[in-house]
Amino acid sequence: MLAMNYRGPFRVRADRNKPDPEILHPRDAVVRVTRSCICGSDLHLYHGLVPDTRVGMTFGHEFTGVVVELGSEITNLKVGDHVLVPFNIACGSCPFCQQELYGNCHESNPEATAVGGIFGYSHTAGGYDGGQAEYVRVPYADIGPTVIPSGMDLDDAALLTDVVPTGYQAAEMGGIQKGDTVVVFGAGPIGLMAARCSWLFGAGRVIIIDHLDYRLEFAKQYAQCEAYNFMKDMDDPVVFIKKTTDYFGADVCIDAVGCEAAGSSLQTITGRKLMLQAGSATALQWAINSVKKGGIVSIVGVYGPTWNLVPIGNVVNKGITIRANQASVKRLLPRLIEHVMAGRLNPKGLITHRVPLEEISDAYHIFSAKRDNCIKPMLIPDSASVAA
Amino acid sequence: MENLADSLLVDKSKTIEGWGVDADPSNNPTYPMKHYTGADHQRLAYERSKQQMPREEVLHSNERPGITRVFGTSSPPSGLSGQLRRYAFRFSEGSSAHWLTLLAADRVNVVEGIFDDLRRGHIPNIFKERGWNAEWRYNRKGVIQKAAVGAVLATAAVTFLILRNRRKKSV
Ligand SMILES: NC(=O)c1ccc[n+]([C@@H]2O[C@H](COP(=O)([O-])OP(=O)(O)OC[C@H]3O[C@@H](n4cnc5c(N)ncnc54)[C@H](O)[C@@H]3O)[C@@H](O)[C@H]2O)c1
Ligand SMILES: [Zn+2]
Ligand SMILES: [Zn+2]
Repeated sequence: MLAMNYRGPFRVRADRNKPDPEILHPRDAVVRVTRSCICGSDLHLYHGLVPDTRVGMTFGHEFTGVVVELGSEITNLKVGDHVLVPFNIACGSCPFCQQELYGNCHESNPEATAVGGIFGYSHTAGGYDGGQAEYVRVPYADIGPTVIPSGMDLDDAALLTDVVPTGYQAAEMGGIQKGDTVVVFGAGPIGLMAARCSWLFGAGRVIIIDHLDYRLEFAKQYAQCEAYNFMKDMDDPVVFIKKTTDYFGADVCIDAVGCEAAGSSLQTITGRKLMLQAGSATALQWAINSVKKGGIVSIVGVYGPTWNLVPIGNVVNKGITIRANQASVKRLLPRLIEHVMAGRLNPKGLITHRVPLEEISDAYHIFSAKRDNCIKPMLIPDSASVAA
Repeated sequence: MENLADSLLVDKSKTIEGWGVDADPSNNPTYPMKHYTGADHQRLAYERSKQQMPREEVLHSNERPGITRVFGTSSPPSGLSGQLRRYAFRFSEGSSAHWLTLLAADRVNVVEGIFDDLRRGHIPNIFKERGWNAEWRYNRKGVIQKAAVGAVLATAAVTFLILRNRRKKSV
């Protein structure tokens, strides 16, 4: 089959000779992919920052597809069902799944206990080949895959596998109370969705911070929020946020940037060049320093497994609560499907590039280098159009 | 306390004055992400799935007793990078030896990947893999600028070397 093939940092291609996936467990399904996205998380892999990213792996954790084969224990799906597949691989019965912490399953990732299994996300997340391919093996298919409701746009369905739940959970973890001021760092797909969802929780003011003007312009429309450029509109983002909140700070700060943050040479050099820390923690540092005393910092940006330079003393002195996780997609899906069907959320509005799977090298480069005003690229395999 | 599922804990409330009187599930900072599902020892006895049978080597964290019930089968460890990965997995997830060795293995693996391509008679088109087609389409100025800067630097370096050689010869 045609599948993305990782060859090393900044080098990916689509190859035709990858063997089709098989059923390897009675709770598996094999799905023919109809839509597949590239995520900001994939960029951390693409840039070679995630340990145990092996050459030959196929990435991709945001996909929809048609069920073509089912393991013997799957009774809630049938061949031909068109499903959206949450990015978390979750067993449904371990202590964490029982608590609806589907992003923290204990039975899907042998390589690391700190991370649940994720499709196409290195061996540190279980070593699964992902959905940037024509076919993909879906373990625990009785738990994750959700039949796409009739009338739902396929592009919306694809974004319900990660971007929408992650953005929503970022806001939810912020514990936003009516009237709260929320600052979102990062105007990528995740930050945009977090800003949009902050309103759903009753925020009084939503501010988004980035350094890419085209994304900030997009944010003003898409998330109806204030948008500022940390390179142009301010000297020091922390002072800027303090000033704009009567010198108190924001009630809630959301880190939707993660380990490849720009904005501080110390963080960038130690984190991204010398790799003395697990990426640069600039956005998190700003979030901690610009939140109000007693405020909440919600982290969905991804960091590496080693360590990062963050002002933990300020967390103590300001009495900050930090909440963070991989999104628990399955827990949130029922509510989010309602929001999308009711038109309250417009996920597909984020997609700026629709690219054939064959041209994956270009798609990665465009998204990584932020060319052509890219917000969110989507890959469409040839085989998707045959019967979809 | 009546809704406490765990008999052991109920017993504690009999022996420890005031045990749990202020328990308030909604005062859980993880709420609503986490639901109370009984005491720890109850949660650990859960129904496990059948075991997926490994066909190839699967490394597992030494912070767990063995592999998980399912696992991915992409790119099993092989070659020198595989040996490094095996070594890395002797160390826990909390140690830098684990992660830095894995990163080193990843870099070795890239070189192995190029040899692997060649062995299969495929010469990797690294420009294409890096998405330079798109770069040329969307950032032509940048590409030309980079090429120009590269050319200037290369010319300067060559000129410097030639001049130095001449000076050496004339000494
Ligand atoms: N927790 C989860 O479940 C989950 C799921 C999906 C993605 N993520 C993570 O969320 C993060 C964002 O994903 P994305 O798809 O939006 O990626 P993206 O790369 O498109 O967006 C990141 C944005 O942050 C901006 N940025 C860089 N430095 C900044 C700074 N110091 N302050 C403010 N903005 C800054 C960049 O310009 C960019 O626009 C990534 O780290 C990704 O791995 C987490
Ligand atoms: Zn994603
Ligand atoms: Zn589980």
